[in-house]
Amino acid sequence: MAAEAQTRATQAAPSLIGSSGDTLREAFGRALAEIARENERIVVLDADIAGGTGTHHFRKEHAGRFFQFGIAEQNMMAAAGGMAHVGLVPFVTTFAVFCLRAIEQARLSIAYPRRNAKIVASHPGLDVGPDGGSAQALEDIAAFRAIPGMTVISPADPIEMAKATAAVAAHVGPVYMRTGRSPATRLFEDDHVFEIGKGQVLNPGTDATIVACGVEVARALEAAHLLEADGLSVRVVNMATIKPIDAPLLAACARETGAIVTAEDHNVYGGLGGAVAEALAQSHPVPIEFVGVHDRFGASGEPAELAEAFGLTAPFIADAARKAIARKKRGIS
Amino acid sequence: MLPAVALPHRSPEPLSFQGEHLRRLTALARIALEIRRLSLVGIYHAGSGHPGGSLSCADILAALYGAELAISPAEPQDEGRDRFVLSKGHAAPALYAAWAAVGLLDPAQVKSLRKLGSPMQGHPHVLDAPLAETSTGSLGQGFSAAIGMAIGLRHRHIPARVYTLLGDGELQEGEVWEGAMCAAHYRLSNLCALIDYNKLQSDDLNANIMGLEPLADKWRAFGWHVEELDGHDLGALLDALRRASEHGKGPSVLICNTVKGRGVPFMEGKPHWHGSVKIKEDEIFRALAALGMGEDEIREAVHGG
Repeated sequence: MAAEAQTRATQAAPSLIGSSGDTLREAFGRALAEIARENERIVVLDADIAGGTGTHHFRKEHAGRFFQFGIAEQNMMAAAGGMAHVGLVPFVTTFAVFCLRAIEQARLSIAYPRRNAKIVASHPGLDVGPDGGSAQALEDIAAFRAIPGMTVISPADPIEMAKATAAVAAHVGPVYMRTGRSPATRLFEDDHVFEIGKGQVLNPGTDATIVACGVEVARALEAAHLLEADGLSVRVVNMATIKPIDAPLLAACARETGAIVTAEDHNVYGGLGGAVAEALAQSHPVPIEFVGVHDRFGASGEPAELAEAFGLTAPFIADAARKAIARKKRGIS
Repeated sequence: MLPAVALPHRSPEPLSFQGEHLRRLTALARIALEIRRLSLVGIYHAGSGHPGGSLSCADILAALYGAELAISPAEPQDEGRDRFVLSKGHAAPALYAAWAAVGLLDPAQVKSLRKLGSPMQGHPHVLDAPLAETSTGSLGQGFSAAIGMAIGLRHRHIPARVYTLLGDGELQEGEVWEGAMCAAHYRLSNLCALIDYNKLQSDDLNANIMGLEPLADKWRAFGWHVEELDGHDLGALLDALRRASEHGKGPSVLICNTVKGRGVPFMEGKPHWHGSVKIKEDEIFRALAALGMGEDEIREAVHGG
């Protein structure tokens, strides 16, 4: 069975790992401007932060399809539902915390009527950095994941961000997608394939699997290298789609490696970790360790400092993997 | 039940013949009466629902569905149709009743209101009932969705108009004023909001809960074309709707002064009948009698299948 998952492995480009890339928000904005050349129904709704969300690229190229809603996210979110109803494909863009502000509008006016509207949230997680705890959404994946029919995506690098943006534009139905504020580690080559609902094995391994999304994918790969020095073979899965979660891949990883670690820039409650635990509890219960923010609010600091302070860096992920492997060996699931 | 009334279509010209005008008002009055009756029959069979705010907006809905809205019963989903959004979603019984009264829905369906498996949910859901245009029930959102529709229709060069009905208590939602700013900013002359200003909300008078006045001044200050009128005067409603459609400079709001529970004396002006309440059998008999139904007709509506 190991071979099965291994054949699905896409190697992260080793030459690129560690090189500082574009920000995910800029990659998103550029990609959307490009995709919109082919799809005239795509419109952008902004709440006075196009400079921050990356949609300034779209505004520059498609001014007539860029709708300013001012600092009024509730009206913007529900209006997006109305715009979708009359045949447009709205991309509602703001910071992740303000998506939370308008989540009830996303629920009633977008998800419940199954509108083809996309919510794209920049500035998620501790990755926001110096703006501090008020600006760092650590609950958004959990909250949006709980809305019926809502697809939830958190790409890992600028290349994947661009591919995911194209996939989201082509997908019919409501989507919540995270971008990111800070320069992201480049992981993939231009031929990277992104498919909604499919995880990807980036590093082969048999002792445990680290399932990560967003900025944590690069740290998970680093953790796998650290563990390799200990003689441990750890698989790394990029789970860019948190909902619908790739349950078959998770089951294969649980079966083949017997121990799981999840890693996300989000509260450990209800996000990727919750989604993975729910899926495996049903199909293949094994020890799971959760790397993320442990039910706290964020704080000011540089993203790297915060990741260290809140336990999101590679050494913490590696420790979690050792713990999961130890539990597996003791037969505790 | 009254026989189905033919659907009058919007006239491109102001009504010139008094006779025609009177015939039209009479037809609309019959639609309004039918909306009131069917609303209460639906709420009675459901065992819960909001009678007060359904009765207060019956004339507004009659003017809209009976005259103003360009919706073809043969092609109710035509892209060029006018859109109506019931932002005060708790008046759903009146919305379904209005559809039934103008031939867009089988009147028998109103008896399935709020029942498991019925497309007539307690608050309108567009996937169950496409004429609802969007799902409402959380105040303020239908208004914003209507704004999005108006922006989108104009962007796509579709000349349809968008209408939305708000409750007065609904105006306490901050989202409404975000939307008010937005619609004026975009000069949405294809948008007309109507306010069912019955002065009562769930627990008490608006004025005791959170005062709204000076309401017309607020909308004017936000840049809207504002009209204040008697929301039970069908002629006044038609006139104001026509002026709104001719006002090319931006969005219009019609502040319709209404009476909660209008048409059923024991419900009029009583906050009790705002909330989701159960109408008892003796009450439905009294209410439908007050709405001019004969005893046999009432028995059929109450006990019939």
